[in-house]
Amino acid sequence: MSRPTPPDTAGLLRRAVPVVWLVLVWVLLWGTFSWANVLGGLAVALLVLAAFPLPPAPGRGWLHPLAALRAVGRFSADLVVSSLQVAWQALQAVLPGPPIRSSVVAVRLASSSEFVMAMVVETLSLVPGSVVIEARPEERTVYAHVLGAGDAEAVAAFRAQVRRLEADIVAALGRPAAPAAGAVAEEEVT
Amino acid sequence: MTGPAETGLEIALDTVGTVLIVLGVLLTLVASVGLLSLPDVLSRMHAATKPQVVGLLLVVVGGALHLRTSVDVWMLVLVGAFQLVTAPVTAHVVGRLAHRGDGVRRDLLYVDELDDSPDVADPGPDTARTGPDGEPG
Repeated sequence: MSRPTPPDTAGLLRRAVPVVWLVLVWVLLWGTFSWANVLGGLAVALLVLAAFPLPPAPGRGWLHPLAALRAVGRFSADLVVSSLQVAWQALQAVLPGPPIRSSVVAVRLASSSEFVMAMVVETLSLVPGSVVIEARPEERTVYAHVLGAGDAEAVAAFRAQVRRLEADIVAALGRPAAPAAGAVAEEEVT
Repeated sequence: MTGPAETGLEIALDTVGTVLIVLGVLLTLVASVGLLSLPDVLSRMHAATKPQVVGLLLVVVGGALHLRTSVDVWMLVLVGAFQLVTAPVTAHVVGRLAHRGDGVRRDLLYVDELDDSPDVADPGPDTARTGPDGEPG
């Protein structure tokens, strides 16, 4: 209590992330790196963030590079597999026969963080089988339409896949699998 | 463009780029076939997100391999990144509306767990299906 509080460098760095991202986009749009572009991008980034302020980035961990790389690798493989799978299902649907059956499956996430939920929803729509059609942060539940899930086995397989995906994302973000009570309370305040 | 001075590496890059572009175009074509052949809106959103995104990414990578040093390569990187970020959002919004409306062949659903738990906070315009007080049975 009597100790002087250390300067909040982590918080400052966290707030700088969107600025860096916007400057990067600006420089990429111009295509060439020059200090004029960087300064112009900085001005635009600050203007945009002043006009449309973002909520503070949640959590306290930083990206774990190895786990993040593994998550990105798995995601890329999933993306290729899923597009080939849907392409196959689309071609099959041209043929005469009974139409493909599906399910709408509710999956409760282990993590209470809205940020993790947003990442899960974003990736779930691109990996095999699923398109998220409803997400309720207050219930921690994601509802996804699973193409081709016509029996209980396929539904169970989808639930297992969501759990794996969430574990990947949580590991990449450098959080414990089950957030500590303090972290939950902190996030629920916002 | 460099004519006879083209090195083996440049020829290889051009060839790989062309193959990727053709593959991407084929995937996008199949995605549009899926838009017509799949039975309902929710199924069609699958075709509109996955093969379509990968098809576009392949075209982008192929184009970048052809352009190589041009400044336009960075624009292609942005095209790919924003496609990845925005496609799921579109699918989510369209799918959500389709499920609340008539966009779903409910006879083709094995289970519909969203139907069992309607959104009480924001029931949407089609409240007639569940009733206003929505007492669980």
